[in-house]
Amino acid sequence: MTPTDTLLILFGGIFAALAVASLIGGMLRWRLQAGQASGVVDNLNARIKAWWWMIGALALAFWGGKAGVIMLFAFISFQALREFISATHTRLGDHRALLWCFLFFLPLQYGLIAIDWYGLFSILIPVYAFLLLPISATLGADTTRFLERAAKVQWGLMICVYCISHVPALLTLEIPGFAGQNLQLIVFLVLTVQSSDVFQYVWGKLFGKHKLSPEISPSKTLEGLVGGVLTSTAVGAGLWWITPFNPWQAALVALTINMLGFFGGFVLSAIKRDRGLKDWGAMIEGHGGMLDRVDSISFSAPIFFHIVRYWWVP
Amino acid sequence: MIEKILAAVICHFATLLTGVRARWLGSLPDGRVRVYYANHRSHGDFALIWATLPKRIRERTRPVAGADYWLKGRLRTYLINRVLRGVLVDRQAGHTDQADKPTGDPIAAMSAALAAGESLILFPEGTRNLGDGLLPFKSGLFHLARTNPAVELIPVWIENLGRAMPKGSLIPLPLLCTLTFGPALTLQTSEDKAAFLARARQALLDLAPPAD
Repeated sequence: MTPTDTLLILFGGIFAALAVASLIGGMLRWRLQAGQASGVVDNLNARIKAWWWMIGALALAFWGGKAGVIMLFAFISFQALREFISATHTRLGDHRALLWCFLFFLPLQYGLIAIDWYGLFSILIPVYAFLLLPISATLGADTTRFLERAAKVQWGLMICVYCISHVPALLTLEIPGFAGQNLQLIVFLVLTVQSSDVFQYVWGKLFGKHKLSPEISPSKTLEGLVGGVLTSTAVGAGLWWITPFNPWQAALVALTINMLGFFGGFVLSAIKRDRGLKDWGAMIEGHGGMLDRVDSISFSAPIFFHIVRYWWVP
Repeated sequence: MIEKILAAVICHFATLLTGVRARWLGSLPDGRVRVYYANHRSHGDFALIWATLPKRIRERTRPVAGADYWLKGRLRTYLINRVLRGVLVDRQAGHTDQADKPTGDPIAAMSAALAAGESLILFPEGTRNLGDGLLPFKSGLFHLARTNPAVELIPVWIENLGRAMPKGSLIPLPLLCTLTFGPALTLQTSEDKAAFLARARQALLDLAPPAD
């Protein structure tokens, strides 16, 4: 089976599953009386619709090869950073530093993946942006809450650009016996982590009793966490054949990135609550913003990248 | 015709750049004659309010603008008079050093527009605020409310545009802007100027996101 065949089978399978989900969602909606509102069913249908968009965008990007994937995730980073900075309080003195984030560091970070310069890719934001952005901010000559503002800008850049850029960076890894199949690593990561979000939601709705931390995220329950993470770990293990892992390695990697993904959502919820927000944005109507969708990817992608790079790249 | 196209272009461009969304809390967009009053931090503020109003309301809504700024240069004069259809007022009433200055009392000019069935957009701070929060209000809003007691005043908090395009910066930041429209206010009988302005200012501040 060629890598292209594998991808065709994968996406064919996902689209078929989505079609079934849409059918069920449509039937549930139809069974309700006309005009009768059901938050759960509507929410379910909104989630299925978001999945169509997500998988459709991914398929389109894959069709464009490495450049397509880099462009897709650069756009995701742009939108996420936009939402993060929009919700974060900065001052006039930060304007120039923020321009540097959007117009220099974001494009450069993705450009470094395109030219495969790993050395600079891995330190551009943690070292260079970390040092240069506060310098730029001091030139704004405003010391009010300076450390806090510098931290917010750096955090936004780390979460939205640095972390997320590790997804397309998976394409630069040279794994023996896996040449030409790196796109499948992205499918493994995205499918495992995003399905974890879905299964947590489903398990939480069906069996959720014990709230994990109502002050951070009122909808997250212990039952949802355990059931969701275990189910999507099984999904990850079942996908071992598209990865360089054997089944138990795939399960362990999936468990790790699911846990990280869960806490990614948790950490970003804490920031949202602090800012008095329910969602990061309104990109998909009634369904939150980009950052609501990719918070789990952001926390899991760099660790996934390093696991693969440390143990599978000689 | 060309003015209508330009107005539509301005609205679409503002929406594209800022991803602006409107939240109506306690009031709804409708055709009633109203005074929308908002915080003012950027030249784009007016365009953003315009862009979030439905087209039929937008066409009946005019900004109140400072003549001293807008009548400098032919482009600005054309924009404010023909495209934005501004109600020009003299911010330094009493100083008569401008040849092209609008005549008469600002409140009379605004009231005439209201009487003609058109809504107004007003920035009661009187100037662009370069800091955070809200400057003290000028008394224009009070006089307008007293002269036109039937007209609803709608507070509009504009979030983020001042950060996206602050004064003196050439390149705008691609931040997402939110406009929050609050419940309508009217002048109460026996309410004096200071009390009314304080209440109107607080109603606007109540729409702002929490400061940290």
